[in-house]
Formats: sequence, structure tokens, C-alpha cells
Amino acid sequence: MIADDNSSPERQAETNEGWHLPVVDQPSTRRTAMKTAGAALGLAAFGKAISPLWSIPENVSVDEFLQQHYKELSDKDKQKVFQRLEAESRETYGAEVTISDPKPVPGVRFGYAINLSKCNGNGACMEACNKENNHHRGIDQSYIRVLEMSKGSMDMEHGTTTYDHTVPQDDKFYMPVQCQQCENPPCVSACPIEATWQEDDGIVVVDYNWCIGCRYCEAACPYHARRFNWEQPEIPAGEINPDQGYLSNRIRPQGVMEKCHFCLHRTREGRAPACLEACSTGARVFGDLNDPDSDINWVLKNKRVFVLKEELGTQPNFFYFFDS
Amino acid sequence: MANVRFFRHQPDDTSAERQKSALPRWSLGAALCSLAIAGVGAAMTAEYSDDNESGIDVPGKSVQADSQPGSDDSGSDTGTSTSNFAIEIRKPPGPPRVGTGLKNVDGTEVTVACSTCHTTRVPNHHNKTVKELDEFHGGMAFSHGTVSCLSCHNERDYDTLRLADGSRVEFPDVMKLCAQCHGPQMKAYEHGAHGGMNGYWDLTRGPQTKNNCIDCHDPHAPQFPKMRPTFKPKDRFLEQPRTRH
Repeated sequence: MIADDNSSPERQAETNEGWHLPVVDQPSTRRTAMKTAGAALGLAAFGKAISPLWSIPENVSVDEFLQQHYKELSDKDKQKVFQRLEAESRETYGAEVTISDPKPVPGVRFGYAINLSKCNGNGACMEACNKENNHHRGIDQSYIRVLEMSKGSMDMEHGTTTYDHTVPQDDKFYMPVQCQQCENPPCVSACPIEATWQEDDGIVVVDYNWCIGCRYCEAACPYHARRFNWEQPEIPAGEINPDQGYLSNRIRPQGVMEKCHFCLHRTREGRAPACLEACSTGARVFGDLNDPDSDINWVLKNKRVFVLKEELGTQPNFFYFFDS
Repeated sequence: MANVRFFRHQPDDTSAERQKSALPRWSLGAALCSLAIAGVGAAMTAEYSDDNESGIDVPGKSVQADSQPGSDDSGSDTGTSTSNFAIEIRKPPGPPRVGTGLKNVDGTEVTVACSTCHTTRVPNHHNKTVKELDEFHGGMAFSHGTVSCLSCHNERDYDTLRLADGSRVEFPDVMKLCAQCHGPQMKAYEHGAHGGMNGYWDLTRGPQTKNNCIDCHDPHAPQFPKMRPTFKPKDRFLEQPRTRH
């Protein structure tokens, strides 16, 4: 490929007259050959670097691809994003939905408690979560796992979710586990791109459009509370909950993480979470930890309360208690 | 209590750090300036949450306690503050009516009030089991401690109930009767820790509906019934994947 039989000084002087591109019409010296190779390499590297731009999946619009992090969106940007997502729901699912982003209520810090003496493991909370939060119906996704545990053990790693018999069994107790909305959330520290963070009311949220689906947070969570969307959620149009929050129950894209958000589209409006309303045993107590007279604070002051995996220092805002 | 520390707000050092890392690098001066602003911001945040922690400056929260159902355990309660919504406690409709097994001309069942028969019968104070009942109440399941029928049913007026002191209480106010023995449950109920609810956790923004005792507990056999789980998430790691990618 390198032919240097024409590399006489005379010829070189002749071709260098006038203006030329650095590597065009130059004598085939070793130098120009190296220059050409270098330029080609440079071009190739540049092409590779910008290649993601033309490998955008077909179902991702340019607007979606270029969307900023939720916290950097102006109100106007947000409205555009919400409208785009609403239109996508219409196209993909045939459902009219409303997407909003209720803000944390100033001065409120949410806490949740479950009465393990009451919970009988019937799983109504999981079902309510599935419906409220527009979960994938194909795998009956839910943010809650109800663990059947042997009495005498407190180790959630030994709980089973697959029990299928009349509940409660005499030698078992039932412990629903969902996101504990930790004060010191390991999932947030694990996220390499700040796609998940803790809001002022203690709720840890995910910007589903910023998440890259690396699943580090799933590995970091000691409560197994995070879920990954392996598939595009399948939900019949009639079952889609149209009351949607950008950071909560809107239909998530495939390939992103999601988690329990205490139904923030409900709770920030003052309503109870869906799992609480569905609980047929009345085992769930929800409220404002900053309000000394709230139900949740009464439980914390008067019941035998514990938190899961206290030794990890995650400081959950989610509590478990017994009647006596 | 030991739990207090769980909801102590920690001043958010990490947020200041993140702001720091997101600062423009092209000007040291601007970076330092922004850092100072971020520092002040973080300090103010910490101050604000300290206020909330002590419960001083939480608008609309201090009055909430007034509308707890404890002030009136038998019915809907609007609370002392007009800004709060009501906690509505579901009530049974009234004295029960008993089916006779006979049909009306239009096919509906003929029902009678308790007093239809019981006004003419002599009360039996020793009746504690279903076995001793031969007519209407034969199929009833009864499993409620050692109480007898007339511990709760009013022998002077069978269309009402009676408290332990002999005073009369209407069927819709049955919770007053239950609470005589089940004090701890009633106390937990008043604080939202028993019985479940629907509606708003924040009574300044909307009402709440709570169950009555007998919505969940059959007064004659009050143990919460066994259930069958109806919904099971199919966790991926428990089975083979449904699709291949």
C-alpha cells in the first residue's frame, strides 16, 4: 500500500504548489500515508462516537431522546413532556390519561406502618397496587411482596411469596414488603446518573425517562423493593388508571427501573395509598410523621415497632408493629 | 422512644455536594460564588425541617387531632374545627329482620322483626349455645367467648341491644357495645390503627370513611375469617422467562 518510487524531491515540490487539502493530491510518501491513515482513524472514531444518534430505537422520538432530567425541566418543558406522554398512551394503549406531577406538601414527611398481628397475607394490597399503578398485567407486577414467614423468625430472606393456601396459617405470619422510603437510601447512592432521588416528603422517586436501566439500584436495595421492566407493560385500555403522576404511576417504558412511591399522585393530594384502602384487615396505617397527632405517630409511640434490617442503617420510614 | 430517631431529618449534605458537582467549571469565581449560595441554601433547608420536626410551623396540622373519632365513637363526627372534613363511620341500617322462609306474592321473602316473636316469649338467660335454639336461629354459628345471648340482646326490647349496665343501645350504635369489652381495639381504632379506612389521610383536604366493627367481625363469631389469596405476582426469578430477547 505504500509506494515510494515517486518520492523524488522534484516531484514533491511540483505537487505542493497551490492550496490542497492536507492529504489529497500529495505524493505517496510515508508521511502522507501516515497522515491519511490517521485521518481515516479519526473519522472512524468520530463516526463511532456519534453512532448512537442514528441507532435511536424506532419507538423513541427525538423529543424523548433529548429530554432533560426531570429536575432541570421548566414548567413549560414539563407540560410538553406530559402532553407527549399522554399522546403516547393514546397511541400505544388507546387510553385517555392525565399526567401531572404533584409536589411534596411542605412540612409533610410520610410514614407507613403495617400491623403484623392483623395482616393475614390475603394479598389484596398487591392486587390494588397492580391496578392503581398501571403494572404489567402479563406478570402481575406489583410493588409489594407479601412474605409468608415462620413464627419465631424475623429474617425476611426466609420468607416465601409463593404460598397458595388458606390464610392465615397458624404457624406463620405475613409480612408485606415494599419500598421502605429510607432516610438513607442505598439505591439513590448506587444510581450512576441520579435518575432516582429522595423528595422532601421522604419519597424516593425515579425519573423513568432518565433511567438507563443499569439495575444497580435493584442490587443495592436490601429490601428487594425495586422492579425492572423487562417487557413493555401490557394493560388493557379499560384497565388503565387515567390519574397518573410523572414520577409515580404513569405507564413505564420497557427497560427502566420502578418502585413503590407511596402512591404520591394520591398521597400528595391528601388521599390514602391504594394498598391501604384495599387492605381488608385494616393492618395498614399511613400518615405524616411531622404531625405529632397523626395516626402513624400514635402507632410509633404506643405499639411495639420495628424496622426491617435496622442494622444496615438505611433508616426506613416504613414500620412494622404488633398489637401487643 | 427509640423510634423517634427514625424520622429525624438529616441535613442534606449530599444535595449540596451534588449541586457542587453540577457547577460550571469554566470560572472558578462563579463556582465559588455558587458554592456559597448552595451552602446558604442547604443551611436554610436544614433550618426549615428543624421547625417542622418540632411541630411548630405545620399549617393545618395542629387541629387534626380534634376530629379523631374518639370524641364520638358512635357516629359521624365533624370535629371541632370547621376546616376539617368529617370521619364517617359506617353504620348498620337498624334492627335486623329475620327471614321466615315464607314467600310474599311477589316472590320476596317474608321477614319479621325480632320483637314479633320475642315480645311474647320468656327470656332465657342461660342460653349460650346454638344447640339450645330450635327455631329461627338454628343455623347460626356462635363463637364469642362465654357471653350469653342476653349479654348483648335487650330482653326488654329485642329491637335494641343492651350495654353491660342494662342501658339500651340502638343497633346502629353497636360499636358502643363492642367497646365495653374490647377497649384496646377501640383505642387503636380511634387512632386509625385498627379497622382500616378509605378516603383522605389528611382531613384538611377531604373526608374519611371507616368501617364499623361488624363490617369485618360477625358479632356472633367475631374471629376474622380465613381467606384465600387471590393475587400472586409472578416474580421473574421464580419461573422461566416468558419471552426471549
